[in-house]
Amino acid sequence: MSRHVVARVSEVPPEGALRVTVKGRPIALFNLSGEFFALYDRCPHEGASLCAGRRVSIAVADTPGEYRLERRGEMIRCPWHGWDFDIRTGQSWCDPEHTRVRRYAVSVEAGERLAKGPFRAESVPVSVEDDYLVVEV
Amino acid sequence: MPTALHGAIDCDVHIPPPPTAALLPYLDAYWREQFTIRGLVGADFALTTSASRTPLACRPDWRPGKGESGLALLQRHVLDHFGTGIAIGHCLHGAVALHTEDMAAALCRAVNDWVAAEWLSRDDRLRASILVPTQNVALAVAEIERCAADRRFVQVLVLAMLDHPLGRRQWWPLHEAAARHGLPLGIHAGGLNRHATTPTGWPSTHLEDHVVGAQAFDAQLASLLTEGVFTKFPDLRVVLLESGFTWLPTFLWRMNKIWRGLRAEVPWVTRLPADILRQHVRITLQPVDAPPRPEMLAATLAQIDCDDMLLFSTDYPHWQFDADAALPEGLPEALLPKLLRGNALATFPRLAETAP
Repeated sequence: MSRHVVARVSEVPPEGALRVTVKGRPIALFNLSGEFFALYDRCPHEGASLCAGRRVSIAVADTPGEYRLERRGEMIRCPWHGWDFDIRTGQSWCDPEHTRVRRYAVSVEAGERLAKGPFRAESVPVSVEDDYLVVEV
Repeated sequence: MPTALHGAIDCDVHIPPPPTAALLPYLDAYWREQFTIRGLVGADFALTTSASRTPLACRPDWRPGKGESGLALLQRHVLDHFGTGIAIGHCLHGAVALHTEDMAAALCRAVNDWVAAEWLSRDDRLRASILVPTQNVALAVAEIERCAADRRFVQVLVLAMLDHPLGRRQWWPLHEAAARHGLPLGIHAGGLNRHATTPTGWPSTHLEDHVVGAQAFDAQLASLLTEGVFTKFPDLRVVLLESGFTWLPTFLWRMNKIWRGLRAEVPWVTRLPADILRQHVRITLQPVDAPPRPEMLAATLAQIDCDDMLLFSTDYPHWQFDADAALPEGLPEALLPKLLRGNALATFPRLAETAP
């Protein structure tokens, strides 16, 4: 495992996403009201980029005809076939037992600290004024 | 007598609709007079799929001889011949296709009372379904309430092609009443003769009608599932009568697959659709689609993946098999106890009260 500086925090706006590549792997970064999450950016079904999907909630109903939303905007819907994944865990809503997207640990680090290492920042130039997203791969 | 079928529960035999004159004693005074003065006694109210209109609907060696009653024929050809334990009869009367709902309700009442008196009371191996006037759900519920006290009625009977899909909420009082009385909802092939029998318009031939008819059943299952009927009425069982079943695996696969992408439309469906359908839906055996090799039938059953699904039926007097071959080749031997009796007893709670 190694930790990689992948983006400036400002590159992943609130409720937005960014695709980065680490060690040849596509990784999707998500901003969930200021919390950051990283998932392998390929849907386990057919391989679509989850970054390109829509942010949705979980629709629930205690009885037919009564609709309610939970977990507002915390799911990513695959742009190809509409499978929903939990941004926090990578779990599929429909098939949590068998289908999940790999998740990676993300942290926010100050540029000042990054400058001291031991992080790998080969693709992102680090300046001491900014905050950065660091992914463990 | 073919011994394999001895004691079997036959979940689909046909009670031929009686001539209207035979129903007069079962109509109330108003309707009896109306039928008489309006010249309706000679009308047969036969659906186009009835045996009188469709030669294929009756096996040649099962056609009635002169003067032999329908009950005597059923006894000779099925009940005595196969040693049937219980047979569930369906009287598909054209009342259900009328536009006048009060007359439809009166005729359904007459048909059900005629079935009870002329069939059920004359052979204790017989059970029947309640014919309901689907023109008006309140009237249909009233007919269920009226008949439900007679425990020989074991199911509610509707046609597969109606004015609206059966999952829609306007039908829910019917589902509620059926579930409360322990009566499965039996959906029988056929329609009201006023909607095209294919999704792309009217066909020209009986051939098309017979082949495409299965589509109505997957439409009804899709409706019942997506509208949440099984969520709302967890005790309700649905029995498809004369639907065939070889189309079922692809329907289940497709349902699961598309649900995954569109499930936010139906958030009350919280399990895989195929699992819900396997729990709630049962299908009568005949007609079997007769795949060219027996192992293909076994493969289809393996794909359906539910030993509880099939209910034995002869579909008497329709011509679905020859001689005594009511059980098609390719049925796994281990399935027979459930197919012939166990599944029916689990599906129709009222059967167990009196099962021989």
